[in-house]
Amino acid sequence: MNPIRKRRVFSILFVLLFSVSGISLILYSLNSNLDYFFTPTELKDRNIPSEKRIKVGGMVLSGSVERASSKISFIITDYENSVKVVYEGIVPDLFKEDSGVVVLGVLRNKTIYAEEVLAKHDENYMPPNIEMNNDN
Amino acid sequence: MIKKFIHQFASPKTYLYQVDRFYSYIFLFSIITYIISITWGLLYTPEDFVQGNSYRIIYLHVPASFLSQSLYIAMAISSVTYLIWRVKLAAYLVIAIAPIGAMTTFIALISGSIWGIPTWGTWWQWDARITSTLILFIMYLGLISLHNSFSNHEKADKLLSWLVIVGAINIPIIKKSVDWWSTLHQSASITLTDKPSIDPVMLYPLIGSITGFFGLVICLVLLSSKYQIFIREKNKSWVKDYV
Repeated sequence: MNPIRKRRVFSILFVLLFSVSGISLILYSLNSNLDYFFTPTELKDRNIPSEKRIKVGGMVLSGSVERASSKISFIITDYENSVKVVYEGIVPDLFKEDSGVVVLGVLRNKTIYAEEVLAKHDENYMPPNIEMNNDN
Repeated sequence: MIKKFIHQFASPKTYLYQVDRFYSYIFLFSIITYIISITWGLLYTPEDFVQGNSYRIIYLHVPASFLSQSLYIAMAISSVTYLIWRVKLAAYLVIAIAPIGAMTTFIALISGSIWGIPTWGTWWQWDARITSTLILFIMYLGLISLHNSFSNHEKADKLLSWLVIVGAINIPIIKKSVDWWSTLHQSASITLTDKPSIDPVMLYPLIGSITGFFGLVICLVLLSSKYQIFIREKNKSWVKDYV
C-alpha cells in the first residue's frame, strides 16, 4: 500500500476510535437511565420518591389478576421481588397472566397506581396447536 | 488480476453495462421470491398463539428493519473505499443508497408502530430500540440534505463519507439495544448462534420475504446508482452514447 493510502487508513481508524470511545463513554455514563423500565428488584434497591412517575416491567404473576368493574389489580414479578399494581381502564389484548407487562404510574405505599398498562411481547412466535402440545 | 478486475469494474462505464446485463435477472428472481413468500406468509401460515393474525406484519417489518441496517453498512463500506482509494463509483454509491435506506427505515418504523397498537397497546414509546432506529432515519435524511447543500460534488462526497463512517456507530447500538437495556421491543427471534425462537412454519416464509425484499432493494440501489452516474458524468461522451 502506498504511503498516502496508508495515512488515509490510519486517519479513518483514528476517527473511528475516537467516536467509538466518545459514544461508549456517553452510553456508559447514562447506563441504566437508558432502561425503558425498572424491574421490581431495581425498584426495591433504589429509593424512588413517592409521587414520581416511573415505569415498572416484569411478568404478571399467575393467579394475581383481580378485576372489579373497570378496575384491575395484579402483581408484577421478576421471580425475585414483586410489586402490586392498581389500574383503572382497558388493558391491551395481549395482557394476560404469565406474560410480560410494562406499567407507567406512581408508587404509593408499595403499590403502583398505574396510568398506562402496556403488554410486552417476547421473541417467541409459534402456531397455537404447538403450544397446546407443549402443555400436555 | 484481481486488481485489474476491480479497476475495470470500478469504472462507471463498465459498471453501467454490467448493471444492465444482470438487472432483469435479479429483478425477476426477487419479485418472484417476494410474491411467493408474502402470499405464503400472509395466507398459508397458521396464526400466532398469542398475537393471532397481527404477527403477520413481520413479513414486512423484519425485512425492512434488516435492510435499513444493511444498507447503512453498505454505505459505510463504500465510504471507506472512497476515502482510501478515491474510487468515484464508491462515492456515487454512498449517495445513491441514502434515500433507499431512509425509505426502508421509514417502512420499519411505520410497520412497527402499526404492530405496536394491537400488541403493546401503544404505537410509540421512547425505548432504546425504537429511538435508535428513529435516529438512523434522521441520520439518513441529514446525510441526504447535507450532500444536496453543496454545489461542489467532490467536497460533498468527502464530507458525506466521513459522516457516514462516524454514524456507523449507531448500527451496533441498534442491534444490541434490546440486550444492553430493558426495552419494550422484544429481543431477536433469529440469531446466528441459537435455534430461532420462531416456529419453522413461520420462519421459512420470513426468510423468503427477507431474500425477496433484499433483492428488490438491490434493484432500487442499482437504478439509483445509475441515476447518480448520469448526473455526475453527464459531460462524458460515453454517457451521451449510452443515452
